[in-house]
Amino acid sequence: MKAFAALYRKLDSATSTRAKQAAMVEFFSSAKADPTQWASAAWAVYFLSGGKPRQTAPSRLLWRLAVEGSGFPDWLCGECYGAVGDLAEMLSLILPEGARGDEVSLDAWMRERLLPLPSLDEEERYARLRRWVGELPSGERLAFFKLITGELRVGVSRLQVIKALAEVAGVEEARMAQRLIGYAQARRIPTAQDFEALIGEVLHAEAQALDAGKPYPFYLAQSWTRPLADMLPTLGPPSNWIVEWKFDGIRAQLLKRGENWRLWSRGEELISDAYPDLEPLARALPSGAAIDGELVVLVPPEGDYSADSLDGLAIFASLQQRLGRKVVSEKTMRELPVAFIAYDLIESEGRDIRRRPQHERRALLEALVHRLFAEAKARGERLPIRISPTVSADTWEEFAEKREQARALLREGLMLKARDGAYGIGRRKGDDRSDVWWKWKLDPMSVDAVVIYAERGHGRRSGVYTDYTFGVWSGGEDAPERELVPFAKAYSGLTDAEIREMDAIVRGTTIETFGPVRSVKPTQVFELGFEGIAPSKRHRSGVAVRFPRMLRWRRDKPVQEADTLDALKALLADGRR
Amino acid sequence: MDLITATESGLYCAAGDFHIDPWRPVPRAVITHAHSDHARFGSGTYVCHRDTAPILLKRLGDVTIETAAYGEILTRNGVEISFHPAGHVLGSAQIRVSFKGETWVASGDYKLESDGVSPAFEPLRCHAFITESTFGLPIYRWRPQAEVFVAIDAWRRENIAAGRASILFAYALGKAQRVLANVDPALGPIVCHGAVEAINALYRAAGIALPPTRLATEIANKRDFASALILAPPSAAASPWLKRFGDYSDALASGWMQVRGNRRRRGLDRGFALSDHADWPGLLAAIKATGAERILVTHGYTEALTRFLREQGFDARALHTAYGDDEDTGGAEAPAEGEA
Repeated sequence: MKAFAALYRKLDSATSTRAKQAAMVEFFSSAKADPTQWASAAWAVYFLSGGKPRQTAPSRLLWRLAVEGSGFPDWLCGECYGAVGDLAEMLSLILPEGARGDEVSLDAWMRERLLPLPSLDEEERYARLRRWVGELPSGERLAFFKLITGELRVGVSRLQVIKALAEVAGVEEARMAQRLIGYAQARRIPTAQDFEALIGEVLHAEAQALDAGKPYPFYLAQSWTRPLADMLPTLGPPSNWIVEWKFDGIRAQLLKRGENWRLWSRGEELISDAYPDLEPLARALPSGAAIDGELVVLVPPEGDYSADSLDGLAIFASLQQRLGRKVVSEKTMRELPVAFIAYDLIESEGRDIRRRPQHERRALLEALVHRLFAEAKARGERLPIRISPTVSADTWEEFAEKREQARALLREGLMLKARDGAYGIGRRKGDDRSDVWWKWKLDPMSVDAVVIYAERGHGRRSGVYTDYTFGVWSGGEDAPERELVPFAKAYSGLTDAEIREMDAIVRGTTIETFGPVRSVKPTQVFELGFEGIAPSKRHRSGVAVRFPRMLRWRRDKPVQEADTLDALKALLADGRR
Repeated sequence: MDLITATESGLYCAAGDFHIDPWRPVPRAVITHAHSDHARFGSGTYVCHRDTAPILLKRLGDVTIETAAYGEILTRNGVEISFHPAGHVLGSAQIRVSFKGETWVASGDYKLESDGVSPAFEPLRCHAFITESTFGLPIYRWRPQAEVFVAIDAWRRENIAAGRASILFAYALGKAQRVLANVDPALGPIVCHGAVEAINALYRAAGIALPPTRLATEIANKRDFASALILAPPSAAASPWLKRFGDYSDALASGWMQVRGNRRRRGLDRGFALSDHADWPGLLAAIKATGAERILVTHGYTEALTRFLREQGFDARALHTAYGDDEDTGGAEAPAEGEA
């Protein structure tokens, strides 16, 4: 635990990527040299690459520890929490110094102490926590509480972890990326063998066994946010690109190896069990295939339809109703059937074909899906798969017009894929690349809304009022007794300088303080953008918006001229998806 | 009528007709210390400790100043006024005001730990104590300064080994000199920003021993920067002045560095929690030592400290002042120079 706490401190204090990399390489190298460290190192990889075990002690217990352990009143602990913005850190600062106990390895902390906690009764859990904390050196406390709250990523990207491990293992990053897939799944308990498998030179046969059932690292698109004219030099002629719709579903990889099939989400969670609807499709797939695509809810039409027909595509909210369900009933599958919209073939006949050009992979994909379709039809069966249709136009301006139709078609915009491009790993950076995937999303919907509440942020924004609740007017300017109705919370889109300015405004215009929240005099208007809007009974405004964020600070706009609830609801008509 | 009240211009003693650390121009301003939020421009006569006077002259220009030594009693309309060490910066004082058997003490800013450059804080018995509360939350508990300087020296050694300069941001008045007096001077040359060097001269003139320092322009060979400690005010962060130093690691010495978010927000490599203000235990210890029943809490976590003291049985109340900043700006941004 000491070594891990030291690594955590180093990563937390380093600002350069190089320093973080060096700290990880040092940690993993020294672990590699000592097999007794492997199990703990396996946990370190798990946490650094984003793994979150179930929270082993509820926040309620941690709060009790803060209050009883410090001897300060509840409200004062609340003030401290507000100033720190992070429960784990607040605990590490407020509790009295402990006596130095024996070193307990990270693995022992997790497996022997923390993971069994949930099975104990509350008093016993509390008693143990209190005793452990008393024995923890202060330098290890923050890391310890982070283990419990599970927020252990310290500005280290997954790619950096991959790089560090690849360096220590002496293997290619692509190989390491694949070894790491699924590693950080929830509820997983990493072991010494896992770490050995990560850092070892695995023999070919073992490699195949290891890789069986694992997806390829997802290739991610870059966001295109500039005006069309600025992009033209990068894009070149449209004939260099394959253009498809961007769907609003769940990105997933469907794999078939031998008799087994698996569906992996982009978050690298194995989700096959949640979508038994895909079983007939998986049975029909040949072995040694990996298809990248989008999972959507799609109710197939009665009659005949083609392999690239999207008739029956449902709004994202329908798919949401299927998320997180463990048991899927026949009724659910009937009412909300899912389908897989295939857009890339990355493994064919057992071979990794990611390096072949996009258009070749697309041709192979089309051939495969058409064959599946024909075979199914011969059996009188319908398979829940479609080919992502291509969108064609002669000029980029024409594509831009087509993009405008996306919302009405329940799509998010267009995807541009370089015809000759390979299937890469992760997101490739670079504003002027012509060999990548670009996502060209619709401009978000927006309204001008007023800040009515503010809350302090977390992490690097702790202590600063960065999270705002926005309201729109209940009626027009001449409506009597109109009020601002809250409808969305947003915290992104401002520069650091703007945040500081807003922080001062919040403090200067506070009406009331309730715990971490302040109500403020309505003085600031922002153009608030969002991706979608749907009716909602749970919100006072009657609508729920997706991904709200601040697009622009409308300093020019008086509060009285902010938008009304009616204007917001008018967006429902074209925004329902 | 209270001996000292909060008015629109600042803390005011009606019996003696003077203000303490006023934020608006007044005829007679008794000053606790020379930080800019406590000593503002425009008043008629400034009354301060004699070590504060040169700094006031430097910062405010040609103003009328009367001075006193620590413990010396000035009498005005029968009100006794005296200055007592506050341990904050050079010349910093608590102001003791006594009238008809009633004694009030206005602390200004203070810290209990002896820092090696400011005269150590003197506990005073009084009936009413006006205390600051900059770090008035229990998360603020300072490590002994020796420990902090071990960490600062270790950071420097790492930097020297890696061939890069160590740039430490510290408030020009007080913190910078405290750092100078306590870092290991054998590690390499110490370079000071002009704003720091100007205050160094005043400290030296007051008889405080500081190791040799140089201005950046006095270093002929740029390679010397790689082993140097460079002391600059926080306002120099991200300024072009830093370009000359080549590869460097930067850090800030401030009480706000106790909380990680504050350091991360500034994008600094390191933060050293080193403050010239009392931490939570320090505030409570100082308050208890006065024996005062009435506690008036000014700038900082005013509400929290006031409420806590009331729950402990003190007659505590918040005094609204324009020092430092409002209640929880603390967690947000270190206030202007002089605070923290």
